[in-house]
Amino acid sequence: MKKRILKEKTFIKYILFSLLIVILVTNCNQDDTQEVAEFKNLSMHDEFDVDGAPNSDIWTYNIGTGDNGWGNGELQYYTDRSENIVVEDNMLKITARQESFEGSGYTSARILTKGLFEQQYGRFEARMKLPYGKGMWPAFWLLGSNIDEVSWPFCGEIDVMENGGSKPTIVSGSVHGPGYNAGNAITKTYEFNNSRVDSEFHIYGIEWGPNYINYYVDDVLYNQITPADVTGDWVFNNGQFFIIINLAVGGAFDGNPNADTVFPQTMYVDYVRVYSAD
Amino acid sequence: MKKYRLKYATLFSSLGAICILLLGCERGFSDEVELATFPSNGDIYTDAPIGLTDQFFISFDPASGANIEGFDTDNNVSYEGSSSIRIDVPTPSDPNGSYIGGIFKDRGEGRDLTNYDALTFWVKGSTTATVGSFGFGTDFEGDKHAVTLNNVELSTNWKKVIIPIPDPTKLVREKGMFLFAAGTQSTNGAGYSFWLDEIRFERLGTIGQPRPAILGGQNQSAQSNVGTSLPLIGFNYTSNLPNGQDITVNATPGYFSFETSNPFVASVSEDGIVTVDGPGEIDPETGLLNNSAVITAYCADTLASGSLIISATDIEVISIFSDVFANVPVDNYNGFYIDGFQTTLGGAIDENGNNIIDYTLLNFVAIEFYGREGSGVQPIDATDMTHLHIDIRANEVVDASDFFNISLFNNFTTPSENSGEFQISGSELESNAWVEFNIPLSSFNGLSARDALGMMLFVTDNTIANISLDNIYFYSED
Repeated sequence: MKKRILKEKTFIKYILFSLLIVILVTNCNQDDTQEVAEFKNLSMHDEFDVDGAPNSDIWTYNIGTGDNGWGNGELQYYTDRSENIVVEDNMLKITARQESFEGSGYTSARILTKGLFEQQYGRFEARMKLPYGKGMWPAFWLLGSNIDEVSWPFCGEIDVMENGGSKPTIVSGSVHGPGYNAGNAITKTYEFNNSRVDSEFHIYGIEWGPNYINYYVDDVLYNQITPADVTGDWVFNNGQFFIIINLAVGGAFDGNPNADTVFPQTMYVDYVRVYSAD
Repeated sequence: MKKYRLKYATLFSSLGAICILLLGCERGFSDEVELATFPSNGDIYTDAPIGLTDQFFISFDPASGANIEGFDTDNNVSYEGSSSIRIDVPTPSDPNGSYIGGIFKDRGEGRDLTNYDALTFWVKGSTTATVGSFGFGTDFEGDKHAVTLNNVELSTNWKKVIIPIPDPTKLVREKGMFLFAAGTQSTNGAGYSFWLDEIRFERLGTIGQPRPAILGGQNQSAQSNVGTSLPLIGFNYTSNLPNGQDITVNATPGYFSFETSNPFVASVSEDGIVTVDGPGEIDPETGLLNNSAVITAYCADTLASGSLIISATDIEVISIFSDVFANVPVDNYNGFYIDGFQTTLGGAIDENGNNIIDYTLLNFVAIEFYGREGSGVQPIDATDMTHLHIDIRANEVVDASDFFNISLFNNFTTPSENSGEFQISGSELESNAWVEFNIPLSSFNGLSARDALGMMLFVTDNTIANISLDNIYFYSED
């Protein structure tokens, strides 16, 4: 009997919780007067179904170590070699390797759509399986196309997904802008309760419209950032952004690899899809 | 406010209706339907043992020193609910036994645990001691799917322990629900208590990066005569916990499946016993004899690291200590003499899945096989053997003037005792690397007969104090 009572209690809690959520969501829909744009027009997509190098009509490369490890003390040298980046098995594979290369101890890759595909607003999503281990820093993010004119962080940065390899169940979504960047970025984490970033593919995306950015993982909307949330100017209504996908090694986000970090590590991207409003 | 109250009222009434409906369903189901599989309840202990009889705890054999007095439930301490299991770890001098341990056994038909991926529980210590082992799958009926996590450090706060299941599909009818073993090795002999609560099998979904291993993950090679067998050892399973930390558990061969690259040479039983079945075949392309087989293993669908290349041979061997050949019984691998002169410590150890002999503070030590104290061990008749094989690794810097003397004693401790010595100089050894020696038995100066060898004596007089030995066997070159 004791067991049965316990079960009922748990059950009641569960039902109570579920109903509360339903009520909250319903209220939201009823009360929210904001007009949410629907992004249904597929404006760019790469399904990574042609073996070889990434499609040069969409992607270009960042090569080297940037300035101070791309501003973050990252340890890798980015290359365009097939050892570090290749399309095969209907996936983009970015592989971080531990090797001496041009003065760096690691190699990896970073691709971007700068000058090739840029868009203001829309739904940006990628289906990915991430690497694991301390020091792995995979990211799917956007930068303002005016970066060369106004510089970072005035151009704005939207991090759709970042993960530290030492935290295989946690991803985060952030925005960076003037007055809120680097350690002071506006960010929120999402934790998987019964899955991991490195054991299964998940969809990481944003819906970005005038004065809002919604963050979602799979079918869970976990955050909305609006001008009220940022501690500076909202720089996300100013123009187009381009996409970056990279796998960094070491640096500020997850610290440097340690003796337990297994190399090589691969970030798998099943697709990148971008939608715009009609 | 009024609006909210109304909502809650509606909520509770509809909630009640839903609960009654569902509970009604559950009762009907359990009364009338005969389950096609074994019970799949994952709970083991919450506030009481779940699905276990009152005698669910079975201690290890008291003859081995297990203390059966220190096991109880505690209604004053719990992580959740109203009670926990309390274990009082005895001191080494406790007349009731010097350690505590045992299993929780499902004494019914066993459970279907295929839907879970880990055993989890909460544990808290009276001090930050280290518990020797936690695990599951040990049922005292063959322990086919035993898993143990060793050296778990306690906290004086509750902490959750996760023990991954290497391959849940194997656990269709498991009776070994839980295992623990604790002594006072980490507390200098001081007794302590720890509490266990909320023990259950769970499906976490957050355990990743499976890395099974055999032979401790090493690639080893061995030679063996046709018809002989040797066991694979060093089975473990590493995975990554939700907090990003790797965890390695020991697992039994029952979680692994085995493959041989050359069934004309060797096969592997499901228990991981490799048997050399034949001498191999001539490769028609090269005309060469292919007498080797590579033994590999999988756990679930993941290839285990580590492999064994086994080569079929036809040599006469009398093995004293090796993983390669079946060993003859010996009295000891560390014949120590308490005479005030001997300093040597150590003996046989498992080094990453490879059994070796490891000596420290070595001045002299013996391997005895003459039937010490009426043990019944028979002396070795090595008359037909021509060589002694021994692998030596000096675990320190070696100088050319250092030495490692090996003496063989025939008719040891009898009036007709006779012995011969062979010296290996420091210049033949390498620091921290294995060196193989094949020493003709005729080189043991003074050894006039070898029909009843009873002792092998190693002497360094401390010139090499830290040394490891492996693959000690006599063989015939003929």
